[in-house]
Amino acid sequence: MNLLYSDVETDLRASVRALLDERAPAATVLAHLEDDDNTDLKLWRTLATELGCASLPVPEEQGGAGATWRETAVVAEELGRGVTPVPFLGSAVLGTAALLAAGDTATLSAAAAGDTIVTLAVPLAAMPGAYEPTVRAEGGKLTGTVTSVADAGHADALLVPTADGLYLVEAGDVTRTPVVSLDMTRRLTDVTLSGAAGTRVAEGADAVTRALTVGAAMLAAEQLGLADHCLQTTLAYVKERKQFGRAIGSYQALKHRLADLYGSVSQARAVSRYAASCVADDDPDTPVAVALAQAYTSEVVVKAAEECVQMHGGIGFTWEHPAHMYLKRAKADSIALGTADRHRAALAALVDLPPA
Amino acid sequence: MITLSGQPANAGAVNEPWEEHRAPGVRGGSAPRDSTELRERVRQFLAEHDPAGMDRLDFLRARYDAGLAWVHFPEGLGGLGIERNKQPIVEAEFAKAGAPDNDPRRIGIGLGMAAPTILAHAGEEQKKRWLRPLWTGEEVWCQLFSEPGAGSDLAALATRAVRDGDDWVVNGQKVWTSQAHKASWAILVTRTDPDVPKHKGLTYFAIDMTQPGVEVRPLRQMTGEAEFNEVFMTDARIPDEHRLGAVGDGWRVATTTLMNERVAIGGGGAPREGGMIGFAAKDWREHPELRTPGKHDELMRLWVQAEAVRLTGRRLSQQMAAGQPGPEGSAAKLAFAELNQKISGLEMEFLGEQALRYDDWTMRRPERTDMLGAQRAPGFRFLRAKGNSIEGGTSEVMRNIVAERVLGLPKEMRADVDVPWKDIPR
Repeated sequence: MNLLYSDVETDLRASVRALLDERAPAATVLAHLEDDDNTDLKLWRTLATELGCASLPVPEEQGGAGATWRETAVVAEELGRGVTPVPFLGSAVLGTAALLAAGDTATLSAAAAGDTIVTLAVPLAAMPGAYEPTVRAEGGKLTGTVTSVADAGHADALLVPTADGLYLVEAGDVTRTPVVSLDMTRRLTDVTLSGAAGTRVAEGADAVTRALTVGAAMLAAEQLGLADHCLQTTLAYVKERKQFGRAIGSYQALKHRLADLYGSVSQARAVSRYAASCVADDDPDTPVAVALAQAYTSEVVVKAAEECVQMHGGIGFTWEHPAHMYLKRAKADSIALGTADRHRAALAALVDLPPA
Repeated sequence: MITLSGQPANAGAVNEPWEEHRAPGVRGGSAPRDSTELRERVRQFLAEHDPAGMDRLDFLRARYDAGLAWVHFPEGLGGLGIERNKQPIVEAEFAKAGAPDNDPRRIGIGLGMAAPTILAHAGEEQKKRWLRPLWTGEEVWCQLFSEPGAGSDLAALATRAVRDGDDWVVNGQKVWTSQAHKASWAILVTRTDPDVPKHKGLTYFAIDMTQPGVEVRPLRQMTGEAEFNEVFMTDARIPDEHRLGAVGDGWRVATTTLMNERVAIGGGGAPREGGMIGFAAKDWREHPELRTPGKHDELMRLWVQAEAVRLTGRRLSQQMAAGQPGPEGSAAKLAFAELNQKISGLEMEFLGEQALRYDDWTMRRPERTDMLGAQRAPGFRFLRAKGNSIEGGTSEVMRNIVAERVLGLPKEMRADVDVPWKDIPR
């Protein structure tokens, strides 16, 4: 399995990065951090319509770009790098993966075109394979609450898991309460349904499990992008910043930690590429690859963000410097879609290393 | 995980012509153009040379002469001048036929370090003379680099070579030399000019280890074994045509060797659980009565780390498939050392009482390099792994290399810049 980036992926990365550098550099994201609504829908439309970022894994005949989750992972890396506030994870990853698994082509086509945002209504912390739905369906009417849903604030429709299968619900039929979120660049929403009308699009739990699995792989790519950005931005700073008459990056106390971080990021890249490739190919090793990626990258991204803060010293602790956005996203990502230790536990069962 | 032959493990599975990916001018007209042709070439060779009905050495010599030893080497020197990532195709065919190999663990230093350096820097006649018996294992090579006073600071080395007519005369002591007691030849870095700064006064040679001026003594290690040696050179002689690279250019030549060494130690493509983690995982499965929650999480952390390092090695192999190893290999070597030490430590704690017993402290000189100690007690693995963060460059030096050459961080302040070697405090 090829773990490198293809030419197509490299070109895609360059296009996405150029757009994000122009429209959503760190200073801009930071300036809008406390807006009542900082989701950049205009940017999302451009990403979706001009670069096809909302529909990379969707087949062309269903209005998608006809690429795979591998290319999607590259977009996730770039959006992670920029902590870009667009509804990518909840809709273009979780929502799209659920619709693909459910085979709901009509909804998929609309979402692929970037016209509508369809979000999977699960708590961001949901663990693949272990999520218990909190909404009940009775005669096509849905009742219950889903807390801490990512990218639900601007959704046109929600995919709501129940014990009776996955339902599509119009956003106008639910109550959405914004949450004061640790990660201010990915705001969460509590979703309450009180007898909302829903259309069942999939039976059983398979579509949700698949969506969460794909989501965990794409999240690993996002974590990689953010970790690499933390490393690069810190490298630039320690080369520039002088104390005691020399660049602080010449001190071994920092150099050796940065060398270790580079090694960790390199390893995160290998496991993240492996997970994305497995998901793209529907490889039998996918459950192992995804649990491995989450168990590894969740710890690396937090370490990278923490080193970024620490090595920036005083300025790194301020609101005016973007490092805190990275730390908040990194920590939130490490909890999202299963913590590292839960993924290690999942892995233990998969590779026959039982706890007792 | 350890590929002492230095070959990446990813076979070119897809049968596409690789003509356009080849570096210009490295092949003649007869090289195979795709995987099918290469496979056919091996099968044809096997049809003409039945491994079952032939002397092992004759078979290996014929394989070398057919260009199927290391395919990325030039034609006439055991190769076909094609990308090195095609090697696994060849290895797979020979393995399938049950053909004898060249026992790579016995001649790892020759294959991984001496050969690339000879290829890059020796004269044509010497390449022809040395590479064939090196690859077949008829002549074992060792590496005379480290000295008692020059470990991490290799460029400070003091072994002197002085010109005497068409020869050089060498005096000095080297240490940490594995396989020296088996070696016919060694790659050697010497000081030829003490009056210039340390990196500039070095010259690189190949030396005949069988001559009277070379004395090899075992150097016993904490494991009880003497895997390494000390080598004393007293008026040892080297003909000038055995010099690799120009006089004074030894540091640049040594860099070729060291880059290949780090890749050989850290890179590669073992299967999942193919390295040190395999021992710990096997123990865990076999001893449910010893399992505890604390050790379980530690085991899983290390399993994840081992798999991440393994996939990184695979990715690195893919990256350098067409090119040469770069400083990225240093990060792989760092991770490999740390991982082996942690896993072997956990294995001992998991086994408890059993790990209090060692198998054998008898001093012996092993035939082959065995970093994992598959047949040995867990205590051997734990002790041997301590060498992983020292051999081939300490982990601290590796971190400096990664920081300075990969990440571009400013160099350490140093006390020996532009100072003639003879004036550096020692």
